[in-house]
Amino acid sequence: MDLILEGVQKAFALIVSLDSEVMEVVLLTLQISGSATFISLFLGMSTGTVIALNDFRGKRFVVSIINTGMGLPPVVVGLFVAILLWRSGPLGFLGILYTPVAMVIAQAIIATPIIAGITLAAMQNLPDKLRLQILALGATRAQMVRLLMKEARLPLLAAVMAGFGGVVSEIGASIMVGGNIKGYTRVLTTATVGETGRGNFDTAIALGIILLVLAFIINYFLTSVQQRERN
Amino acid sequence: MTHKPLLELRGLVVRRGAATVLDLDELALREGEIMALIGPNGAGKTTLLHSILGLIPVDRGSILFKGESIAEYAYRHLYRRRFAMVFQEPLLFSSSVYGNIVSGLKIRGISRNEVKKRAAEEMRRFAISHLADRQSRALSGGEAQRTSLARAFAVRPEVLLLDEPFASLDAITRESITRDLERAIRETGTSVIIATHDRDEALRLADRISVMQGGKIIQTGPPAQVMERPASEFVAGFVGTETILAGEVKTLLNGTFTVMVQGFEVELAGEACRGEYVTFCVKPESIVISRNSRGSMSARNRFRGRVTRITALRPYTRVHLDCGFPLTAWITPHSVREMNIAEGDSVEASFKATAVHVIRRGARRDS
Amino acid sequence: MKNMRGFMHAVCAVILVAALAAVPGCGKKTELILATTTSTQDSGLLDVLLPEFQKKTGIMVKTIAVGSGQAMAMGERGEADVLLVHSPDAEKKFMEGGFGSSYKLVMHNDFIMVGPADDPAKLKGEKSSIEAFKKLAASGAMFMSRGDKSGTHSKELKLWKDAKIDPEKQKWYQSTSLGMGDTLKVASEKKAYTLADRGTYLALKKNLGLEILVEGDEALKNIYHVISINAGKFPKVNKDGAEKFVDFIVSKEVQETIGKFGVDKYGSPLFFPDALKK
Repeated sequence: MDLILEGVQKAFALIVSLDSEVMEVVLLTLQISGSATFISLFLGMSTGTVIALNDFRGKRFVVSIINTGMGLPPVVVGLFVAILLWRSGPLGFLGILYTPVAMVIAQAIIATPIIAGITLAAMQNLPDKLRLQILALGATRAQMVRLLMKEARLPLLAAVMAGFGGVVSEIGASIMVGGNIKGYTRVLTTATVGETGRGNFDTAIALGIILLVLAFIINYFLTSVQQRERN
Repeated sequence: MTHKPLLELRGLVVRRGAATVLDLDELALREGEIMALIGPNGAGKTTLLHSILGLIPVDRGSILFKGESIAEYAYRHLYRRRFAMVFQEPLLFSSSVYGNIVSGLKIRGISRNEVKKRAAEEMRRFAISHLADRQSRALSGGEAQRTSLARAFAVRPEVLLLDEPFASLDAITRESITRDLERAIRETGTSVIIATHDRDEALRLADRISVMQGGKIIQTGPPAQVMERPASEFVAGFVGTETILAGEVKTLLNGTFTVMVQGFEVELAGEACRGEYVTFCVKPESIVISRNSRGSMSARNRFRGRVTRITALRPYTRVHLDCGFPLTAWITPHSVREMNIAEGDSVEASFKATAVHVIRRGARRDS
Repeated sequence: MKNMRGFMHAVCAVILVAALAAVPGCGKKTELILATTTSTQDSGLLDVLLPEFQKKTGIMVKTIAVGSGQAMAMGERGEADVLLVHSPDAEKKFMEGGFGSSYKLVMHNDFIMVGPADDPAKLKGEKSSIEAFKKLAASGAMFMSRGDKSGTHSKELKLWKDAKIDPEKQKWYQSTSLGMGDTLKVASEKKAYTLADRGTYLALKKNLGLEILVEGDEALKNIYHVISINAGKFPKVNKDGAEKFVDFIVSKEVQETIGKFGVDKYGSPLFFPDALKK
């Protein structure tokens, strides 16, 4: 119990004093997971929208794959990305293993199906006739997609948050392709594990608290937008 | 009103799987005309409206707008922008009433000032100016459908397509919106095709009625003509001809003939052959009901019967009679009170030979 | 909703800029992958040494902290440029396989046997590690093994072998498959014995209910070597950088740093420099 109290105390001191090591980790986390989410946003939303708005053979199969992908174990993603990026692997010539780029790639692979899946569901939940109404208003296909996305904006926002939440809190892939290199690929989750391993529980707790606060801010923002929409 | 058709459909066929859901020989809408498509659910009204807008693929046939085929348009949205459509559900966007009304204009890239001007105009027209900032989900059904209509009128369509726009509204709301719609159409001179299964709505709004059944148009004509001279039993039933009877032609007279209906002889005006089976409708508003026989009446057909049911049907009261065969009459509530009739009473019903429309079997009458 | 859109645009812009900033030059020659054991990383020694190395050479070292076994496996595939490991038998095989180029002694720390304060197996005071292992097996007190093919794990297996005991499948023998720090914590929670490196134990000591029971035996010495990977075998290896790192870590200056490391914090050094002894 003392350990926890002491840890929390020290953690707050680290946060309030903007400890440079902690801030570095936070910034890297936001950069890496933010970029990954941003990329997934494009890939996931366009994939989800295209699948939702078109009927084609094997649609059910594709949707099942995406739904399975929503639960991709990060460690498995990390393993495959690492194998691909090994110097001896097919993409070894890129030389990006143990770099933030590799982490962005792995996290984007984790987040894309999440965002695609939620987008797909959100678009399919819109009334079918809304599409006809939008076309009847003289919309081009691009305008139609834009209007439909606007209609589904709340679930789409949730998709972004779920994607970001998923990658910011995962560790398996990050540590495998990033390597937890200090000041370079060390993010909140890998640092928390690392600091725990080194017995620096206060720093570990501080990082944990920051991760929680980050999650809270995201959810608070989401909820306030939703509430505003409802009123 | 010019005679050149604004919109012309020829040989239109739409299939869904193996079923043919639309099969039209020809349909033309003149400029400024209001046409009502009536028919039961599944008759193909919605399919027809959707194919006019190019929302569904057409298997065969052509759609010409001002003599130009849809196929000639490089971009279908440019064709659609000459139309507007209102569906049974309001299908509003989740934004304000104002935001909804301007959506069609924004899609067309119309200037900001013009957008504001038109929105104000349409909100006034449909009496929703006070709701401009209200979110669409907070609207009542009537307010929502008014918004949807305002959105459609805002784009100044050359043809307005209405797909049962009032079907899900209560009677009072429907009445007031219909009135505003009627005025809006008159003020703007918009050409309209309205699909409805409400006969009264069709009668009230339309210059011409097309009756649909099983994907086909089975009769087209001015409302009075369709009502009084339905082309088939189906049309008669659908447009609300209440009493439809059938029998064998017994005797031929000069300009009239008699038919045996369940043992009763009924005299009808028109042509027929002896021994032919005919179907005929007795217009309910032409049936006169009295407590006692009134010899002075010129009506040839008089039957005594029992009142089986009395229901209110504004502005009439509907009286169902059993005269050995069923007969339905519409009389004014005033007469009901005056005669003091009640269910179970014995009364006499009379109608003239000319108050009957004869449908000769096999014959098809298009106007 | 309009404010909202502006906000989203701003967020997107920030994320995009951040993303670009995060993408570094993927320079080959300015980076070095060092595969090492968790003990060097967790002790904090590398945090002291590596910035120094970068300042001198401009080479950024990417430390991948894994067990000695995995570190050497990375070396065998050419996935690392240089290794800092402590598994002498495996190292010998590694060098014989032609995977390494330079191979130099760097330092040592020592292993210790730790266990609960009440010491049910009565190991305290035992000088010989092999005798201690025999006593432990006889007593049936619980032992936590790393079980992760790390240097510590292979040292432990060697000690069991020398004591002629096969601990596998024994009820009192459990394997964590975790790093040293975690294994120590598990042992502490379960009141079990374990074999640990002194550095990690000292770092975590205040949070553990474990005491040093056996220490100082020659057999408990934990010797670290630096190995540069054979660039002839793996052309992608940063040969130049690896050799610079080898030279750096055995240099007089660095060896002195190693010898002083940890004194201020734990009162005794965690590692003993060996490179200049011979």
